[in-house]
Amino acid sequence: MGSLLRKIFLVDLFQGLGVTFRNQNPKYICTEQYPAERPRIAERYRGAPRLNRNPENGETLCIACNLCALACPETLIVVTSERNEQTKRKDLTNFTYDTSRCMFCGLCEDACPVDALELTQDFEMASYTREGQVWDRQALEEGPRPKQYKC
Amino acid sequence: MPDSTFLDSTELVLNMGPQHPSTHGVLRVILKLDGEKVLGTDCVLGYLHRGVEKIAENRTYAQFNPYVDRMDYVAAISNGLGYCLAVEKLLNAEVPARAQAVRVILTELNRVASHLLWLGTHALDIGAITPLFYCMREREAALTIFEKYCGARLTTHAFRIGGLQYETYEGFEQECKDFCDMFLPKVDEYEELLTANRIWMARLQGVGVLSAEECKEYGVTGPVLRAAGEKWDLRKAQPYSGYEKYDFDIPTCQNGDTYDRYMIRMQEMRQAVRIIRQAVDALPAGPIMGKVGKVIKPPVGEAYVSIEAPKGELGYYIVSDGSTQPYRVRVRPPSFVNLQALDRMIRGGLVADVVAIIGTLDIVLGEVDR
Repeated sequence: MGSLLRKIFLVDLFQGLGVTFRNQNPKYICTEQYPAERPRIAERYRGAPRLNRNPENGETLCIACNLCALACPETLIVVTSERNEQTKRKDLTNFTYDTSRCMFCGLCEDACPVDALELTQDFEMASYTREGQVWDRQALEEGPRPKQYKC
Repeated sequence: MPDSTFLDSTELVLNMGPQHPSTHGVLRVILKLDGEKVLGTDCVLGYLHRGVEKIAENRTYAQFNPYVDRMDYVAAISNGLGYCLAVEKLLNAEVPARAQAVRVILTELNRVASHLLWLGTHALDIGAITPLFYCMREREAALTIFEKYCGARLTTHAFRIGGLQYETYEGFEQECKDFCDMFLPKVDEYEELLTANRIWMARLQGVGVLSAEECKEYGVTGPVLRAAGEKWDLRKAQPYSGYEKYDFDIPTCQNGDTYDRYMIRMQEMRQAVRIIRQAVDALPAGPIMGKVGKVIKPPVGEAYVSIEAPKGELGYYIVSDGSTQPYRVRVRPPSFVNLQALDRMIRGGLVADVVAIIGTLDIVLGEVDR
């Protein structure tokens, strides 16, 4: 009899509806209004790569040891350097990083002995061309330069 | 051309997928129908095949680690754990106690996240849209912990061979505890929405029954096996990563139908919370990386390690030829093996149940096709 009454008065469905109405409470709203509201990104987030420079003199921290290129599973990092006869050290000439093939595993960052290569919290890396996805040294140091279209 | 397409035949061949949203990815199922009744199915796989096992042969052991996340991308941390354990077995390396405990916490959080995604999408398939939003909301909390811990939300690359790369962040323990406190009432809420709901019961009870014997014949593991009444969980049967230290139950049901598999996964989420609480409370201090050389070069040999992933038994079989790259990596994905039982479960059922049964198997096509 009880189960019949429950069936007739749709008790189970109203119980479920109760949950739905309880969740209408504004404190349960968790949608991020993305472009208007910046998302909260964790400190360790692995996003766009950056090649750090010495903040005092602006010289690159990279010692062109090529360890990041060796650590990369996709071999998308190419480091070119030339030997400086005065300091007997390698000087970085160019550094290309193909972000289109990158899976942001962070192995290059772990491999870097001088904390020059770093994956930053920047995540907006869209580009209009495939070529734009390949970042050279300047893009890595100063951030990418997206082509400006009229807006 | 199959002879069943003649006009006088009552059999209709219907192609479901690979773009069908209810096949959870790119599964293509060829259904043979007689009216509403399903006479048989054929699964066509390979739409998401990326050759992960072959890629492994051209990468060093450490380099292959991020690729395993991309097989079962819903439970990437479980994949990473299985792979790291297999390589550590090859190396005979010891993992510090703290690393083991953090691994357990993150793996169980990932189990919760995986089951939440399953619950949301499965309910959506059946026609209940509401749970999806709530599940995604709670899953977000777990993913935030992953993001804070290792810097990625889905394809985490959280573990390294020999231990962990990252030390836990400040407030990690508290956030895990907060998640547990927040999450348990939410499970009750999902149950309130679904468990006694008559539409949910009518759609699930008695659908896709798979007995324990059939499960064993097909090699089906995980919640599908436990729903059939078999008390088999690798965390208890062959404890790894310190699971023997934690007190938890293996939920089982008797009927082996879709409703029971739902109940099992709900219970498993509660058990996962129990494990997380114990692991966080007893999180030991100490190093997080074992003694593993910079260059990982295991001796000649082979190792097989299987773990209890959210979807079932996940196994990694690695053959080493003594170089820095594996000679062969074979993955035993739970989704692929569980998918075998699809035809057995659907045969004789109704067309509307096909979606329910695909959903209840909890397959991830990234893992099926690899």
